[in-house]
Amino acid sequence: MEFFRYTKTYQFMEKSKIALSISLLLVVLSYVLLMTKGLNYGVDFAGGTIVQVKYTEAAPIDKMRAQLKADPVFDGATITEFGSPEEVIIRLKTSSNSVMSDIGDSAREMLKDSGDFEIRRVDIVGPKVGNELREQGMMSLLLATLGILIYVAFRFEWRFAIASIIALIHDISIALGALALFQIDVNLDVLAALLTILGYSLNDTIIVFDRIREGITESKSTDLGEVIDESITRTLARTTLTSLTTFFVVFTLFIFGGEIIHSFAFTLLVGIVVGTYSSIFVASPVLMRFGFDIKGYRARLAEKAKHHAEKERMRSQFEQGVV
Amino acid sequence: MMSLLNSIKMLSLESMRMKLNFRIIVFVAAIIFGIFFSMPSLLQTEKGAKITLGLDLQGGLHMLLGVKTEEAVDSRYTSIASSIKHYTDRNDILLDSLTPGDTAVSFVLLDSDDAPAIDELLKEMSGVKVDIKGENYRLVLTPESIIATKKMAVDQAIETIRNRLDQFGLAEPTVARQGEDKILVELPGIKSQEEEQRARELISRSAKLQMMALDEDRKMRVYTMTEAEAAKYGDIILEDAVREGEKYLIKEIPILDGSMLTDAQVSFDQNNRPIINFSLDSEGAQIFGDFTGSYVGNHLAIVLDGKVYSAPVINERIGGGSGQISGNYTVLEAQDLAIALRSGALLAPIYLMEKRSVGPSLGADSIRASMIALIGGFILVIVFMVFYYKMAGIIANIALIANLFIILAVMSLFGATLTLPGMAGIVLTVGMAVDANVIISERIRELLYQGVSLHKAIEQGYSNAMRAILDANITTLIAAIVLYAYGTGAIKGFAITISIGILASMLTAILGTHGIYEMLESKIVKSKNLALWFGVKKAA
Repeated sequence: MEFFRYTKTYQFMEKSKIALSISLLLVVLSYVLLMTKGLNYGVDFAGGTIVQVKYTEAAPIDKMRAQLKADPVFDGATITEFGSPEEVIIRLKTSSNSVMSDIGDSAREMLKDSGDFEIRRVDIVGPKVGNELREQGMMSLLLATLGILIYVAFRFEWRFAIASIIALIHDISIALGALALFQIDVNLDVLAALLTILGYSLNDTIIVFDRIREGITESKSTDLGEVIDESITRTLARTTLTSLTTFFVVFTLFIFGGEIIHSFAFTLLVGIVVGTYSSIFVASPVLMRFGFDIKGYRARLAEKAKHHAEKERMRSQFEQGVV
Repeated sequence: MMSLLNSIKMLSLESMRMKLNFRIIVFVAAIIFGIFFSMPSLLQTEKGAKITLGLDLQGGLHMLLGVKTEEAVDSRYTSIASSIKHYTDRNDILLDSLTPGDTAVSFVLLDSDDAPAIDELLKEMSGVKVDIKGENYRLVLTPESIIATKKMAVDQAIETIRNRLDQFGLAEPTVARQGEDKILVELPGIKSQEEEQRARELISRSAKLQMMALDEDRKMRVYTMTEAEAAKYGDIILEDAVREGEKYLIKEIPILDGSMLTDAQVSFDQNNRPIINFSLDSEGAQIFGDFTGSYVGNHLAIVLDGKVYSAPVINERIGGGSGQISGNYTVLEAQDLAIALRSGALLAPIYLMEKRSVGPSLGADSIRASMIALIGGFILVIVFMVFYYKMAGIIANIALIANLFIILAVMSLFGATLTLPGMAGIVLTVGMAVDANVIISERIRELLYQGVSLHKAIEQGYSNAMRAILDANITTLIAAIVLYAYGTGAIKGFAITISIGILASMLTAILGTHGIYEMLESKIVKSKNLALWFGVKKAA
């Protein structure tokens, strides 16, 4: 089976203006969402408490609300269904700092005769830890981006590095925008997903860039746009295929992985789609706009090779005792 | 499809005759390694290194505790005051307003003739700066000594909590310092919320045992006195541990504290109620004996964590240094208290900074859900690869399966912890590991279309693909390493599985499949059926 023909070169760069405009629009939209709706930080970053309760039958949410009211600890608590009608999550913005008895214990006490239930999870994150985790999270995103930038600049060229970082910023922005749009709880696992998107999206971009790098020295064409089109076409099957297989597994994770892994899988799903798109429609067009003098580059390469050959010749002459 | 099956059959028949190469040898060795070392984890055998399940998968309690180190400094001042009191009582030195404060201990010497004797005592105290103005003494801990006290408090808290948990009887508790003054406690295998609460009570209990003297002159006025008024007389008001509302007026400076305790055991009184017998070391016994000897007829309060457990009248001098605590305990509570007393008091109280507790049923649910996702994703990818690449797909799938075994084997060998995000990492690896084979197969197809020979197409395909695969994997690895360095707990597990998966995929997907092609090359050439082997169109 084949998705794409090898004999044909698809003209991507011709339409890159449209693609870049769409991307720009999406990124701007994402930032508008981030400013207006904002990210919904979960307990990991905002601090607070989560109590996950599972009943043997449908959870009596109204009754739970009424019973929790009796304890001022639960002021401002929200109760929402979690994955199934039997399971609910009680969320609190506050955290307790007593080791001996905590909100989980109080919840068990307060809900005593609301039915047959089991407290399955209690997460308490103090404000100090939440702040630390948030700072660390920011730091890790920054460091990963920086590390990748350095690596790509070292392996390719600065223009490639900047183009790929722009694509990365594009991906992360849109992923964050999606998180804001759907008001997904942003916890540590979502951060892990964002970092994975960094690696994954770059993976895609590098495969394309590797081809462009190859094309710059070997292609029949000396026009950068043509070389890029050629390279994208050659890698199109791979890009689609790998994205599909990865999409498959993340999608099964999203559907079957359980409620806890939901926001992680969601973030990855968005990232895979956007990351695949950006390697073709963002990174490459940006690279094209930076411009690259292929003729000059080849001339330099030829010069270098000539110089090298000349040196070799001199050396062999010297060794043979001619000079 | 038939021809596919046939060629698999032929493969197995003729494999004996195919030439071996170093790549295939390494690959087979890697597979054997993978299967061998992943077995203990997969079959849960008795022996052999196994993967540990993270707390989020097996259920358990994870806590980050803070230590209130400034209170350790406070109690250091209290104990300095205690020892001055004991010394001056013994040597008949009269002091006035001996008060332990938060930042200093101060007292006034009534008879200046006693100055040399006091100096003698103060000289022996280390880490204390003494300020003397006439008869006014002020003792302040030096900054170094304060730092040392705080550090000691954390060290001691770790040690104490570890001791207590060891005696509590849970499998493999972790107690470790984190940062300067934080303690990480991890308790896997907690079965119920009740058990968890018991463990938390045991950990956080100060278990500070004190013998204190009642203020005999004013004890009747305790119910009308305020805290501030009591403080004026150098007294504190403490409540009874059992009888609600009952209060005692007690001299602030304790006679002795639990640091001189050597043992605590549960036994039963005549009514068969659990009590705790404790014994003191020789120094404690000496102080205890001295006190009871000189204050016959007075009351002695046994105070635990700021509550009075009993306040009997002293009938005679009590030597031997043992005593008992009776409260309204259940046997379980008495046992936990004895453990806490035996492992020593916490010098400074601890507080909760972060807690994650997962019930075992939730962990089991998470395992089930992620296994379904793993198997589902795996089957999808495998079917898709065969569909798209035919035999080349099967070869890629062999590499993928080998990859999974190697991930499990490496994790088992290092005793790595598998968390829920770690499971997600493995699922993701399944999707990403075939990437290398996709890149290689696409390169080979491309070269075949250009009409180069099979041998050249394979060799060049691999070498062309190599650079891209390396660059792509290294960048993902960079992200994973950052994630490991900055992630906590469960997230670290994700970074680990992703990293191992990437490294293993380089071995299986690049080296392994290359070896298989080398081995089968003559067969492929003979069959001339490139459509079967690489899924290319026959027309090409």
